[in-house]
Amino acid sequence: MFSTILFAPLLGALIAGLFGKSIGEKASMVITTGLLMLAALLSWIVFFTYAGHSDETVTLMRWIDSGSLSVDWAIRVDTLTCVMLVVVTTVSSLVHLYSMGYMEEDPSKPRFFAYLSLFTFAMLMLVTADNLLQMFFGWEGVGVASYLLIGFWHHKPSANAAAIKAFVVNRVGDFGFVLGIFGIFFLFDSIQFDTIFGLAEEKSAETLIFLGMEIAALELLAFLLFVGAMGKSAQFILHTWLPDAMEGPTPVSALIHAATMVTAGVFLVCRMSPIMEYAPSAMTFVVFIGATTAFFAATVGLVQNDIKRVIAYSTCSQLGYMFVAAGVGAYEAAMFHLFTHAFFKALLFLGAGSVIHAMHHEQDMRHYGGLRHKIPLTYWMMMAGTLAITGVGMPLIYLGEIPLGFAGYLSKDAIIESAYAANSTASYAFVMLVIAAAMTSFYSWRLIFLTFHGETRADAHTYDHAHESPNVMMIPLYILAAGAVLAGVLFYGDFFGHHEEEFWSTAIPSHAREDIVHRAHEVEKWVKVTPFTAMLFGLGLAVSSYLRNVPWFAKVGIGALAFVVLFFAKVFWVYAALIGLGFAALFLAVPYGLHKTLAEQQRPLYEFLLNKWYVDEIYDFLFVRPAKWLGRFLWKRGDGNIIDGFLNGLAMGVIPFITGLSARAQSGFVFHYAFAMILGLAALITWMTIFGG
Amino acid sequence: MPYLSIITFGPLIGALFMLIFIRGDDPYAVKNCRWAAIWITVGTFLFSLPVLIGFDRADTGFQFVEEHEWLGVLTYKVGVDGISILFVMLTTFMMPLVIWSSFGVEHRVREYMMAFLILETMMIGVFVALDTILFYLFFEGGLIPMFLIIGIWGGKERVYAAFKFFLYTLLGSLLMLVAMIYMAWDFGTDIPGLLGHTFNSEPINILGWEIAGGVQTLLWLAFFASLAVKMPMWPVHTWLPDAHVQAPTAGSVVLAAILLKMGGYGFIRFSLPMFPVASELMQEFVFFLSVVAIIYTSLVALMQEDIKKLIAYSSVAHMGFVTMGIFAANQQGVDGAIFQMISHGFISGALFLCVGVIYDRMHTREIAAYGGLVVRMPIYAAIFMLFTMGNVGLPGTSGFVGEFLTLAGVFQVSTWTAVFATTGVILSAAYALWLYRRVVFGELIKESLKGIKDLTFREKAVFAPLIVGTLLLGVYPSLITDIFGPSVTALVVQVAEAREAVQIAMK
Repeated sequence: MFSTILFAPLLGALIAGLFGKSIGEKASMVITTGLLMLAALLSWIVFFTYAGHSDETVTLMRWIDSGSLSVDWAIRVDTLTCVMLVVVTTVSSLVHLYSMGYMEEDPSKPRFFAYLSLFTFAMLMLVTADNLLQMFFGWEGVGVASYLLIGFWHHKPSANAAAIKAFVVNRVGDFGFVLGIFGIFFLFDSIQFDTIFGLAEEKSAETLIFLGMEIAALELLAFLLFVGAMGKSAQFILHTWLPDAMEGPTPVSALIHAATMVTAGVFLVCRMSPIMEYAPSAMTFVVFIGATTAFFAATVGLVQNDIKRVIAYSTCSQLGYMFVAAGVGAYEAAMFHLFTHAFFKALLFLGAGSVIHAMHHEQDMRHYGGLRHKIPLTYWMMMAGTLAITGVGMPLIYLGEIPLGFAGYLSKDAIIESAYAANSTASYAFVMLVIAAAMTSFYSWRLIFLTFHGETRADAHTYDHAHESPNVMMIPLYILAAGAVLAGVLFYGDFFGHHEEEFWSTAIPSHAREDIVHRAHEVEKWVKVTPFTAMLFGLGLAVSSYLRNVPWFAKVGIGALAFVVLFFAKVFWVYAALIGLGFAALFLAVPYGLHKTLAEQQRPLYEFLLNKWYVDEIYDFLFVRPAKWLGRFLWKRGDGNIIDGFLNGLAMGVIPFITGLSARAQSGFVFHYAFAMILGLAALITWMTIFGG
Repeated sequence: MPYLSIITFGPLIGALFMLIFIRGDDPYAVKNCRWAAIWITVGTFLFSLPVLIGFDRADTGFQFVEEHEWLGVLTYKVGVDGISILFVMLTTFMMPLVIWSSFGVEHRVREYMMAFLILETMMIGVFVALDTILFYLFFEGGLIPMFLIIGIWGGKERVYAAFKFFLYTLLGSLLMLVAMIYMAWDFGTDIPGLLGHTFNSEPINILGWEIAGGVQTLLWLAFFASLAVKMPMWPVHTWLPDAHVQAPTAGSVVLAAILLKMGGYGFIRFSLPMFPVASELMQEFVFFLSVVAIIYTSLVALMQEDIKKLIAYSSVAHMGFVTMGIFAANQQGVDGAIFQMISHGFISGALFLCVGVIYDRMHTREIAAYGGLVVRMPIYAAIFMLFTMGNVGLPGTSGFVGEFLTLAGVFQVSTWTAVFATTGVILSAAYALWLYRRVVFGELIKESLKGIKDLTFREKAVFAPLIVGTLLLGVYPSLITDIFGPSVTALVVQVAEAREAVQIAMK
């Protein structure tokens, strides 16, 4: 069964890729999608049979054997794997289905479906690996598939550039990842998960000499592996490729750049948790980077105009949340958010795809508006995704022990609570995440209001012809919407609630985690309602600024809601009232279109955000240009003038001098003389060796 | 049956046969030359199979040994061990493909085919020779056919490139010959014997300079002078881009796939086991040169305007991994180095064939002259992509295994080297994908390219074995690591013991 899950997508990829031309488009699409659905079905069966019940490792074949380095192709099934299996195969099969409609007019459908299936195979290899090297195989495999899919429309220079950028920036992360693997092999003499995890405690006191420094071994290794995770999961510093990756077709963005591949970094950190546990400093770094990314990406998301870029930055930001959770040791919360995020983010992307489809491939939200009348189903689906990502729920009300709300409400709040519950060093993370939650709410609602509400800003022709997408595209949306609404409530108990201990069993080491999960559950009530309050703040601002003619009581209502929630959370009533009144007053004071005025008044800040903190420009200046300059310099000067100049000069100068033919030094014959001389010399020595000895 | 002698001299005898029996340059003679060359190389390959099949993997010594007196004073001794057998197989495997790929050559076909056949004899001879002088004769003998191949069938600047190639490699080799003479005087010319012989490593004093490692260091340096050029290592690599650019496609393929491997083979056969103490002393020096080669040539590759030159520079970078792995002198390092050499044989050979395909059609190697080929040549684009990914070291292709193992080996010895060398992983992705983008992707706007045709049957058939090889070795490398692994273990252990013995003696 495991092998079927794993190889069905590969089979589909091979059929569509090699024989797509002969069997036709239709057959290619049906076969790949069918095989993926089979894999998804089996994955759910595996999920319910294995997750929290038993572990299993199936060895398929030998791979690399070199002395003590021995690596197999294998399938490891534990809870972590099971969770990833369902995420990957479910989203992938829905994206396959969706693409049948979305790519309708594209001439190279077999190639597209082959790439999608190939990606899925690589991703499955990654999550089922039982050693670091197979994981790296999947890791690079998804990188290549992502490269091929970003550059799918290879006639577009921007798509090609984005594809290369994605691959190369990921390789920067991989640089850390492979060094981590070398280090692990050096330290443990194995790269097999079970062996490493078993020895982790024993090795936790050892040090490694790395680049002349003596460093605690596990700290170093955890750090290096995390650099890999930063690349794949687009964390701050290595995030630049993700927004550009939106050049790819939208289903690709949903599958690879939202739900699955970019979460591989989070998975890596969770998978390596037995090592991470002994690397507190590295983990602090993880928290810091995660929190910074969550904040940074959210700020940039506030001002982007391209609908896909907003969602891309949102993804970047949400991945930051997951890293914070993993960094404070709440791996369960990280995986929980990974799980729910896959549903609502894929939903948002596919919804955006549906909008783009309706609007003749227009992606600029400045040319949208009023679309809820034209594509109401898409509107409601996007709405479900937005409610989930912004974290709408019913604070302080529980069903048994389960909070009630949309998926993101449960998982994101679990992260924020964990960040608070962790030690004081994580308070930076807590603050950043709460601010980011407010911004998430703002940009998500901004997206909805700009796209679906108000007067349309599209040209009449496009607007008139805007139409709802076909069923094959809408069905995946319905299913994902169900996930976005229910995934949190249904799975909270297993992932983060009472059953978490038996659910995760051996997949995540138990000694540290009980502690943080307990403390996260025990945090004061005001902490529990803080993300919700932040969400209301973002919502109120978005409503006031982007919607015309909002009645005053709606704005006041949001303030009042904040007050009620805070009051029942036992916040001192005066503070609660002040916050509620403050909200209401602020929203009332914000006029329609404030964002435009602000953008005008705060031009430098606006530009700074719009240009993504100028990170790309800085990198171009720091790395790309110097590398090109150096390459040219070494080629022309190094190879040309110095090395060849020296050696040819020797030939041109010395040999004619010896042979007394300096007058003809510049003639082309010099080489011939040198040739004859050396040949003669060689013959002479050879002769002497053979017959002289 | 003296299989090794048959496969060594088979091609040479075939060449003589062509010289005597095929006359004239009418179409029939040309056709006969082509097919005769194919059959000779295929026959050689078939005769090399019994060696592979009959090879006892558990035995780390030399097998299929043949020994005869020769010219009164010389010994003709050949044999293979787990290390050399794969290079022999690589050669016999590649040659039919090389010959078949050059069916398009029209100019002096008989001489062309003969040159390649003689070259094959010389190359196989290098890998099977078990006598230093014999090794040297094959090693240098190979220069002549290659010199002619570049000089006669090459591009515009072929004469300059041919002489540069010849001079660089020959000049280095003279020192190696001197070293071999010393070794013959000190011990003999028998390679298996030399492997068991310990050269003096007491420090010696020459003109007031104390030389650590003594005789071993001097011998090591003499060998290094020759092998480093052959490899080629930075900074004596500049002959390679010129030679590649000017050589005909088949010449480039042989150069990259096999000739470059003689350097690495020499390091493993001579430098490391015969001069273990000197190898240790020189380890950091080699690491330094390797790292410079990887970074320097990768950066240079980034800026090339000629497709062949770019791939040539990337070859130098890949050979940097090999030298580094060899002198790490541990199992992973040496395993990785050998693997990298075999794998590079397939991948770089295939990449040069890829260049040949479009050069045959457009007669230019300039990157700027292409763009958008995928529109007209989808199969070509797919194959080129596969080998580009192999070149980048993607897991699942053979290119990954070698890089990974050498780096894993080096990391245990020097983290500095490992860290700097690993940057090659980033740079190779940059130059390889950028090349691919400029040649294959983009819109097909150039008028001249609008009629370009996709691969012919012959071209596809030549690529097929290379594709299979690259993927098979990537997914199941044990196929060959099982063959050389035991020999490498023996080698590594022997080197470590020799070093220990010296350390004990010093105390």
